[in-house]
Amino acid sequence: MTIILFIEQVLNGIQFGVMLFLMAAGLTLVFGVMGLINLAHGSLYMVGAFAAAAVAAATGSFLLAIAAALAAAAAAGAIVEIVVIRRLYARDHLDQVLATFALILIFSEGVRWIFGSFPLYLDIPAYLSGPVSLPGGIEYPRYRLALIGVGLSIAAGLFWLISRTRLGVRIRAGESDREMIAALGVDISRLYTIVFALGAALAGLAGALVGAIQSVQVGMGEPVLILAFVVIVIGGIGSIKGALIGSILVGLTDTLGGVLLPEFFRLFMDNSAASSTGAALASMLIYILMAVVLVWRPQGLFGGTA
Amino acid sequence: MSREGVINAALLAGLVAVPLWAWAGDEPFTITLATRVAILALAGVGLNIALGLGGLVSLGHAAFFGIGGYAMGILASHAQAYDPIMESPILIEGTKLMPVIWIIAIVAAALAAVVIGALSLRTSGVYFIMITLAFGQMFYFFSISWPAYGGEDGLSIYLRNNFPGLNTLDPIQFFAICMVLLLLALWFNARLAQSPFGLALGAARQAPRRVETVGLSPFRLRLVAFVISGAITGLAGALFADLNRFVSPTMFSWQTSGEIIVLIILGGVGRLCGPVAGAALFITLEHFLGELSEFWHIYLGLLLLAVVLFARGGIIGLLAGRAATHD
Repeated sequence: MTIILFIEQVLNGIQFGVMLFLMAAGLTLVFGVMGLINLAHGSLYMVGAFAAAAVAAATGSFLLAIAAALAAAAAAGAIVEIVVIRRLYARDHLDQVLATFALILIFSEGVRWIFGSFPLYLDIPAYLSGPVSLPGGIEYPRYRLALIGVGLSIAAGLFWLISRTRLGVRIRAGESDREMIAALGVDISRLYTIVFALGAALAGLAGALVGAIQSVQVGMGEPVLILAFVVIVIGGIGSIKGALIGSILVGLTDTLGGVLLPEFFRLFMDNSAASSTGAALASMLIYILMAVVLVWRPQGLFGGTA
Repeated sequence: MSREGVINAALLAGLVAVPLWAWAGDEPFTITLATRVAILALAGVGLNIALGLGGLVSLGHAAFFGIGGYAMGILASHAQAYDPIMESPILIEGTKLMPVIWIIAIVAAALAAVVIGALSLRTSGVYFIMITLAFGQMFYFFSISWPAYGGEDGLSIYLRNNFPGLNTLDPIQFFAICMVLLLLALWFNARLAQSPFGLALGAARQAPRRVETVGLSPFRLRLVAFVISGAITGLAGALFADLNRFVSPTMFSWQTSGEIIVLIILGGVGRLCGPVAGAALFITLEHFLGELSEFWHIYLGLLLLAVVLFARGGIIGLLAGRAATHD
């Protein structure tokens, strides 16, 4: 394996990681502030992707498609929060799991009903397609590089939002003592709706951005949702920093594991056995990573005493 | 007999009567539906020991269901190909004998539950939910990417496995096997709930600190409950694979875990026959709504949402009122 191929795979891992971060950030905020476990977060990812594909097909504009993804996912998130989720904050986790599982069924079948079972495709715009030359003679797809850029700038924006703005102060206050900030006159239920819609918009954005390199189909959200769970278990629930580091760690482990493990087994096995053993082990690698982190730090890398 | 006892008796009598009636009327498909109810209920009884008694919300029970299924698939596929699983150092051959398959399914699922439980039970609450979900996915992806036993396509078994003295290809006889196993599991569950272990487990759910103070370890109680729970769900997985004569990674999918929880909730958490009522309702909905609309999952979702938001306690809770023994 050449060094160029290796660097490309590292970039792929980071790209996968930052997209996971967009999902994990919303999940971890919603859990940190409202104490809610939301299985339907993957449905919001799917809603974003479908909205983007529909708008792109109608207008041909990628930027409008992204705006539509953000708006549709945020609106879906706000509606779901007001109609259903709001009733679940005081319930135990089992009720939250079930109600949000029910939401997945409703969202998935609803989208299948509107758009049909066939996957849709979202095209990368001309100004982002094709490869770009990086120093060292590496050719890398421009779009994937743009995804890394978008993901990292959103991460920076989120840190700024949480640590420097009034909304961020309220979010942090809501995390540590919700009775107190309600007593200080903050409209807590509006704050919850805003946080939920913000998380939803990030998930919808991730769905639209990833939808352009994969296909847009019903059920696309759940595998990503489960990876995002792994990320926040590794990073520590409620921690944005943990979500970022956990995402990159999971993205790199998954991508590099898929490439390096078969190579590694090829050192002492024949070719086909090495490929299958390597692929089987690589598919389990992030869960093994999670188990190791849990044995070492049950509350996650950056988790408090949750 | 309490009101819940009457409902339970009626429910089980109904589950026996419907296939007998279908047998008399020569409608094998109805018998197959009843068999599915019995098997899913058995999986639910397994999960209910962890969820209802132990308060452990496991979203990864598909792992045990799938392990049971693959235990059956692997043993039977080697037996039908006359190809031993292992030749050295000792000869291990496949088998088509149900009792042997069941024991292996139970042991394999229990071993997996020891490992998953020991790691997951270091955490609690929402972490536990996510971690069990993630372990379930680990098995799912492993089963897809391991090509030796069919990979993504799964494994087909040509003939249903044998049980000494019975013709398992006859739907009513296979139903009888599943129903007897379900009744045994329910009996075991009822005994377990009243045993010192069951009482300590219930106490560990309600007041873990007090349990610790009297010298019991909540971790150990929960781990034992999780292992028993996984083993029963594994047995249900082996029966489910035998019913379909097919095993595939779908058995490991997280939707399977979700559905096992859903049928417990529809029936009533922590109720002895909750899984039976839930499985009966689930299969009935699947059959009738599935005929009405291709998108029947929407209605299932709305019903589930309504049960969670407004009718806590499920069907048995609605019919029997609050249980005196349940918190």
